[in-house]
Amino acid sequence: MAAKAKKKHRHINWKKTIAIYIMMLPGMLYFLFNNYLPMAGITVAFRRINYRLGIWRSPFCGLENFEFLFKSGSVFTMIRNTILYNIVFIVLGTVLAIATAILLNEVRQKVLNRVYQTLILLPYLMSMVVVSYLAYAFLSGENGYINNTILPLFGIQDKIAFYQEKKYWPFILTFVNLWKSVGFNMVIYLAAVIGISPDYYEAARIDGASKWKQITNITIPLLVPTIITLFILSVGRIFYSDFGLFYQVPRNSGAIYDVTQTIDTFVYNALMNQNNISMSSAAGFIQSVVGCILVLTANGIIRKISRENAMF
Amino acid sequence: MTIATREEKVVSALAHIIMILFSAMAVIPFWLLIAASFSSETYATKYGYKFLPQELSLSAYEYLFKQGGQIGMAYLITVIVTVIGTTVGILAISLLAYGLVQKDIPGVKVVFILILVTMLFNGGLVPQYLIYTNTLHVKNTLFGLILPNLLMSGFTVILVKNYFQSNIPGEMLEAAEIDGAGQFNIFFRLVFPLSTPILATVGLMAAVSYWNDWTNGLYYITDHNLYSLQQLLNEMNNNIQYLANNASNLGGADISNLPSVTIRLAIAVVAIVPIMVIYPFFQKYFAKGITMGSVKG
Repeated sequence: MAAKAKKKHRHINWKKTIAIYIMMLPGMLYFLFNNYLPMAGITVAFRRINYRLGIWRSPFCGLENFEFLFKSGSVFTMIRNTILYNIVFIVLGTVLAIATAILLNEVRQKVLNRVYQTLILLPYLMSMVVVSYLAYAFLSGENGYINNTILPLFGIQDKIAFYQEKKYWPFILTFVNLWKSVGFNMVIYLAAVIGISPDYYEAARIDGASKWKQITNITIPLLVPTIITLFILSVGRIFYSDFGLFYQVPRNSGAIYDVTQTIDTFVYNALMNQNNISMSSAAGFIQSVVGCILVLTANGIIRKISRENAMF
Repeated sequence: MTIATREEKVVSALAHIIMILFSAMAVIPFWLLIAASFSSETYATKYGYKFLPQELSLSAYEYLFKQGGQIGMAYLITVIVTVIGTTVGILAISLLAYGLVQKDIPGVKVVFILILVTMLFNGGLVPQYLIYTNTLHVKNTLFGLILPNLLMSGFTVILVKNYFQSNIPGEMLEAAEIDGAGQFNIFFRLVFPLSTPILATVGLMAAVSYWNDWTNGLYYITDHNLYSLQQLLNEMNNNIQYLANNASNLGGADISNLPSVTIRLAIAVVAIVPIMVIYPFFQKYFAKGITMGSVKG
């Protein structure tokens, strides 16, 4: 009680306040420049950029930039690609990660368990540039392992120009994505699997439940909250794609844009290669706004399901 | 202890088989890359990459060490950027997080909400690019590699703040204040040392992000002397002729002998070796960093 009364009368300690704000200043400045100024700068999507006048003085032009974007036709392809790839990655990624986590948990030898986990997580720590080198080592038309070793093994002499042919890329990109991310997602689910009380399994064993039954009736139901949370979070990010995956792995090859271009690679190419700020900023604007709405919705849903997993 | 039933043995064997398979799949591409980098240039161009180095040759690596002036430079840049970015980032993140746990300071809640907003909404690439190039003029400076996006994120600040809240007793801080210790003293003498587990994890993740980053270079660096390792690799990926065109940077060597295929692989190997070497020792921290960040990522 005494402490409460004291708090009510506490006056502001200016010396401490100033010290604390000095400490917070570098971080606050960073967010101002790295995040808040670009947020304000999102108005470029509605301006006709004139470098002589500068960004902030360029005249507003209404929805002209968006008209250009939608007339260009690529907008539907890139939105379709972004969303479809995300759906495939979310579904396959989740299934694979859970299966791997459950299996790894069955490996009781501590050292081996560590070794497997370490190896499976390794691709996650590599940059997409390196990943694209690895993919190229297999797919290259001239030196690639598939064209030089695997295909001749089956008596096929014609080389496949992977980087020119669209039909292979949905599979290649999905494979690379799973290869790189399975370790990461496995670690997350493994933490949840390890967290399940052994008492459940003990009781199930006494009742004579098979391993399969234990997995389907104990492990998976107890993972559902984690699955739902991660699922909703990824749906919240469905308008964003891994720029590195879609830019580096197909080596930005124009012949296969139809199946590799996502919103992020479009924004990059329009800005840096075509110097087309108007289309680039319009596409970026749509991504930011729709992305924000989706994240907020996702968070709202998580809040309803399990409060402690919500961001706020 | 119960004796393993037949079913348990089967499941365990199955788990091992699939885990070995997955581990192999994770590692095999790296093996191909490394093996090919030790093959001779003529073999690699004629017959492609193989899992066993063919016509074992160190010529690509010899090139790197003898004439790789630009590669050495890129390595240096990468190390500098990683060290500065991680150190400054950790300091700024923890100082800001320390401020956020002060309940008696006016305005702290507003700062917290402003940080949350950065996690929900961002201006996107175009405005950020324009701000960094036209307002802050980071193009072709080390700042261009250190500042954009990587230095700190709202997410890590909140992660560290939560750690402070649940692991550093408020009474301890109050006692230190009553003893007349200044805030900087309290932070550096008490809070910082008590938070090494979280700061090590966050720092490790940050260091890997800096080491692996190529996007900042892609946007903000055109000066070859400021290329990071990853950007150099990226440049060579886009332009196989890059090395030949820039042979003068490699010491003006005879271009016809340039092992342009294997040298690219050798540079990739040199770029991934540091991570491969340190990673097994820090694997626990990585796993911890991932689980901490997962659900609230």
